[in-house]
Amino acid sequence: MRIIVPIKQVPETKSVKMDEKTGTVIREGVESIINPLDLYAIEIAVQLKESNGGEVIALSMGPPKAVEALREAIAMGVDSAVLVSDRAFAGSDTWATSYVLAEAVRKIGQYDLIICGERATDGDTGQVGPEMASYLKMPVVSYVNKVVKVANGKIVTHRLVEEGSEILESEMPCLLTVVKEVSDPRLPTLRGKQKARKADIPVFGLKDLDLDPKKIGLAGSPTKVVKIFKPKVARECEKIVARDEEKIKEAVGKLEGFLKKKEIL
Amino acid sequence: MNHSDVWILAEQEDGKILRISHELITRGLLLSQKRGCKLCAMVFGSNINESDLQDMVDRGVDRVVAVEAPGLSNFLVEPYSACMQDILSKYSPEIILGGATSTGRTLLPYVAMSAYTGLTADCTGLDIEDGTNNLLQTRPAIGGNIMATIKTPDFRPQMATVRPRSTKPAPVLQKGRKGKIVRLKPDSKLLNSRILRTGFIPNEEEQSLHEAEIVVVAGRGIKKTENVQLIRDLANALGGTLAATRDVVDRGWLSYPHQVGLSGKTISPKLYVGVGVSGAIQHLAGMQTSETIIAINSDPEAQIFKVADFGIVGDLFEVVPALTKRIKDGKFNDVKISK
Ligand SMILES: Cc1cc2nc3c(=O)[nH]c(=O)nc-3n(C[C@H](O)[C@H](O)[C@H](O)COP(=O)(O)OP(=O)(O)OC[C@H]3O[C@@H](n4cnc5c(N)ncnc54)[C@H](O)[C@@H]3O)c2cc1C
Ligand SMILES: Nc1ncnc2c1ncn2[C@@H]1O[C@H](COP(=O)(O)O)[C@@H](O)[C@H]1O
Repeated sequence: MRIIVPIKQVPETKSVKMDEKTGTVIREGVESIINPLDLYAIEIAVQLKESNGGEVIALSMGPPKAVEALREAIAMGVDSAVLVSDRAFAGSDTWATSYVLAEAVRKIGQYDLIICGERATDGDTGQVGPEMASYLKMPVVSYVNKVVKVANGKIVTHRLVEEGSEILESEMPCLLTVVKEVSDPRLPTLRGKQKARKADIPVFGLKDLDLDPKKIGLAGSPTKVVKIFKPKVARECEKIVARDEEKIKEAVGKLEGFLKKKEIL
Repeated sequence: MNHSDVWILAEQEDGKILRISHELITRGLLLSQKRGCKLCAMVFGSNINESDLQDMVDRGVDRVVAVEAPGLSNFLVEPYSACMQDILSKYSPEIILGGATSTGRTLLPYVAMSAYTGLTADCTGLDIEDGTNNLLQTRPAIGGNIMATIKTPDFRPQMATVRPRSTKPAPVLQKGRKGKIVRLKPDSKLLNSRILRTGFIPNEEEQSLHEAEIVVVAGRGIKKTENVQLIRDLANALGGTLAATRDVVDRGWLSYPHQVGLSGKTISPKLYVGVGVSGAIQHLAGMQTSETIIAINSDPEAQIFKVADFGIVGDLFEVVPALTKRIKDGKFNDVKISK
């Protein structure tokens, strides 16, 4: 079984800062990590390989630095990795990103499964998985919280929806986007880390892929960012300290009044 | 091709139109009125209630297109997207709005990709730009740390998803309002699916978090699994749904479907109550768009107070029982008065 896992390198959410003047995100000096939700995709892919045989290939599109994320994936048990990187790809929205990644998948060749994280913590759209599947004309099962079995060219999964979990049987090749419940990511092993350090990670650029240059990067992206701004989170918090019985009674009474005013009670 | 009209992707279950559809009508009307065009709705299913379709017209939709076949009764990405693309080629919508639901967030990207057009996820604000008539889509990004306004100037349709519960459902404008209801039977070749739905496991206890108007979140401050009951009692008294932070889920005190935050669910209820929740950025990412936020925490410096509208600094083991009792007594009194 051949599994491709697209992973994204994202800034550590805690350390994201904004340039208030220009309204842009400051990325310099910000620590980068593997998109946390992609760790679950890596883990389930490695588990499927361990039980069914085959190989797992991690794929990332981003600046040259994103190779760090790919090495980390190898340290977790992924067999090999491919970086997709070119200045021409900069500024791609989800459509253009999915297009480039899907063409990279084509170049990697035959595969049975593509496993994505549910969404990336920076873009936070959850669109790249379904969009890649659409471009590659393959079925997608989103919000997978359990892989039940793989047999006879089919994969049985549970898909988390609003009212419960659907049990779905999909033909392979197919693309999954997974939620946290699907697996419990392992820590990199020492041997894994050694292998990761030595791994030779090829880089695909614009000229290596069968792409229409008009459909990539900022110019090829259907969506354009008009402006970025800081949300108004300035809520006026009415804060009451309630450390003794008297105060608790008072605070609870005020809260009840507050809820009535808001027409909740 | 000439693209026109605002469309919504209505959703149904067992033939009944779901609430998200009515919320999308609210959003859609705002845009269609500004744009001076029709509001249309598409819905995929089988045996959809006629009265529910008319009800959408009553709420302001001018044209409803219901595509029906047994193979469409539940969401399956391939037949749904084939049927949706069929609508795109028949009607050429200018704008399509869908819910940021498990269906909308899977179907719309699938369709946007093959239509080569832009899609903006999880919009909290939608408007029409003066002059250009482009759709302005505002959404939170980077875990809610920033907001971005996005448009799709050169591609049509312009597509967006909006979070459930981020708008009120559109009220009925007029019973029996005039509108067109079209029921279509799709060509059988549109119904091919490589995915088979073989079963369904309903959520065990709690009502779906996405749908809940009131959510009470248990944080690690509750200390042990036995104390979940304390929070459940408060949730019940408020008529709300119980949820949890990751630390509570990781400890196995509540199951994963309860988790709110970056790696759990994004919710936007009318009322959020956090009990013993510190308000880590990853948790805030999933709840800070809630309409009203209340926090109960013994630490006056807890982050959660920064996003709260009302806070009680105190020991939850004292405050919560007092609060639950007060709400229950209050309700009891109300009943007596109304009789
Ligand atoms: C990649 C990543 C993804 C994550 N995703 C999520 C996510 O989806 N959801 C999520 O919630 N977290 C997530 N986290 C974890 C997050 O960073 C926090 O660790 C978590 O939200 C903290 O949960 P908590 O508030 O319950 O616990 P704590 O931070 O331990 O807070 C407990 C609070 O209870 C208060 N308290 C203690 N005793 C009492 C008492 N007797 N009365 C009143 N108050 C009391 C304390 O003052 C404290 O503020 C994620 C982290 C990472 C790194
Ligand atoms: N630049 C990228 N490189 C590789 N994979 C990506 C990239 N962007 C998104 N993905 C994959 O698509 C998923 C959803 O991302 P997003 O649509 O950006 O929220 C991620 O969890 C990754 O699995």
